[in-house]
Amino acid sequence: MATSTKPPRTDRRVSGSTPRAPRRVGFSQTLGRWDVKVSPYLYISPFFLLFALTGLFPLLYTAYVSMHQWHLIGGQGEFVGFENYAYVLQEPNFWKGIRNTFSIFLISTIPQLLIAIVLAALLDANLRAKTFWRMGVLLPYVVAPVAVSLIFGRLFSDQYGIINTLLGNIGIDPIGWHSDILPSHVAIASMVNFRWTGYNTLILLAAMQAIPRDLYEAAVIDGASRVRQFFSITVPMLRPTIIFVVITSTIGGLQIFDEPRLFDQLGQGGPSRQWMTATMYIYEVGWGNQKSFGRAAAVAWILFLIIIVVGLINFSLTRRIASETSTKSRKKVRR
Amino acid sequence: MSAPSVPVIAQTAGRGAARAAARKRGGPQGSDRRPGWVTYVILGLAIVASILPLYYAFLLASSTSQYIAQNPIPSLIPQGHFFENVSRVLNSDIKFWQAVGNSVIVAVVTSLSVVLFSTLAGFSFSKLRFRGRNGLLVFVIATTAVPTQLGIVPLFIVMSELGWTGKLIAVIVPGLVTAFGVFWMTQYLESALPYELIEAARVDGASMIRTFWHVALPAARPAAFMLGLFTFVGSWTSFFWPFIVLGSSNPTLPVAVQLLQATYFKDMALIMAGVTVSVIPLIILFFVAGRQLVAGIMQGAVKG
Repeated sequence: MATSTKPPRTDRRVSGSTPRAPRRVGFSQTLGRWDVKVSPYLYISPFFLLFALTGLFPLLYTAYVSMHQWHLIGGQGEFVGFENYAYVLQEPNFWKGIRNTFSIFLISTIPQLLIAIVLAALLDANLRAKTFWRMGVLLPYVVAPVAVSLIFGRLFSDQYGIINTLLGNIGIDPIGWHSDILPSHVAIASMVNFRWTGYNTLILLAAMQAIPRDLYEAAVIDGASRVRQFFSITVPMLRPTIIFVVITSTIGGLQIFDEPRLFDQLGQGGPSRQWMTATMYIYEVGWGNQKSFGRAAAVAWILFLIIIVVGLINFSLTRRIASETSTKSRKKVRR
Repeated sequence: MSAPSVPVIAQTAGRGAARAAARKRGGPQGSDRRPGWVTYVILGLAIVASILPLYYAFLLASSTSQYIAQNPIPSLIPQGHFFENVSRVLNSDIKFWQAVGNSVIVAVVTSLSVVLFSTLAGFSFSKLRFRGRNGLLVFVIATTAVPTQLGIVPLFIVMSELGWTGKLIAVIVPGLVTAFGVFWMTQYLESALPYELIEAARVDGASMIRTFWHVALPAARPAAFMLGLFTFVGSWTSFFWPFIVLGSSNPTLPVAVQLLQATYFKDMALIMAGVTVSVIPLIILFFVAGRQLVAGIMQGAVKG
């Protein structure tokens, strides 16, 4: 894309500006030059100002806060170094939060992306009423996580839930969706999947549609089956999009708050914190009983580092998986 | 590929080639063969799974609380108490109307501002030349990987220093422009806005901002519409930050809905009425603009 537009652009600039230059004189020309020089920076400045104010500064300031005693109402206290980190790291609830976050993240992300890629492959076929199917799949995306978790919280209710009732009808003992660790994680993961599967499906579908159809035609002539085509052409060609989807799901998944927070009315992640996530722990430490911003900031920084590490692992992993299946066909594809 | 050539290929090159030729006749979209019924069944199940939880919420919202307490499985036909339950929500001590108003204000303001600022930045990144352009663009993309939620503690401190806690401005300001939006518009304008148009406007003596307003912004309309929709949905459904910085005194809709459960946790009909009412505006928006939303995702990801 970029290579095709660049050469004509420089040509045009030269030829376009030569007849234009003599027309302008004096003040308006100086003004025009300034306009050309300053405008680009002016136009991108809102983003950078806002990011500095609400993204970068808070992140760095979090590190500062985490080294201090800091109370929600009392404000800044004395410098304590890494004491907050030490405190947090020996809190059992912190580790529960990390465990739950990872468990919910894995239970939701892996099936979600697998389902999404299959659905996308199905939607990529020459369907009747394409838009209907695509819209239908995307519908849950407009439902707020808060609404999703209230609905699913009821569906998965231990005693009055429709799911346990149905299970009871076919002779299965009720499952402790709100009392046991793994079932509660499964229930919360299902909320995440409900909302995001369709979204990821459409992202993957869009990337699929950009794959040149000649590749499939060549594969058909070579006698490749549909499954073979999927693994040898579709998956490798989707690599950048798969990486994108995995990274965004990781960042989102490791910060999960809304769904587990509203899974019951108390919002503490269960009587023994079975489904309390790391972000919920940040909230509890900062705005709950302790009201310690110092400790909350320490948790935030630990979580930030974890997200970066997991993101990097994911990145290299997806890269490797997607390229291993396909070194051959990619050569063909990319020439 | 003209039609008569197909049988010839079938004779000389076997079934696969004939099918490939048949595909090609279908045009650049590829296969014109309709998929089998299995595809439709699986997709149908996916759509049932998307709709069923919402219908379930509506069923509970149209029942009485006593009925729900006695029957785990609601009647499959709506019971007709929906409006009664909705009016109970509206008359409860949760500030529901205020929440609706707040959500509308926040969503509209952030959508408009994200579209404006992102298009400005996208115009600049894609079509103007300036020192450090590539580096800055990479920086913008890199910031999408920074989980901003993790900065909530200092962000909250900043907001309370400014005296903004409990006020809508605390929710609006951090959402005024997004890295995603900048990246999105850059990608779109890169191919959708020809240099000729900009040059023409410049030759006619238009200033940069005039060029932006009369040339770039109209060209950006499809992607801008899409970005606006996305931002609207994101803003309408976001909970964590409004919950922290606004609290229950001046809630947005998700915060108010959450309050329903915290306050009336046994009154399922009431809670689900609140849930349903909070979902309806976006469902309507989805039916009005969903086609563009879907088309926009297609367009964006192809380029991205």
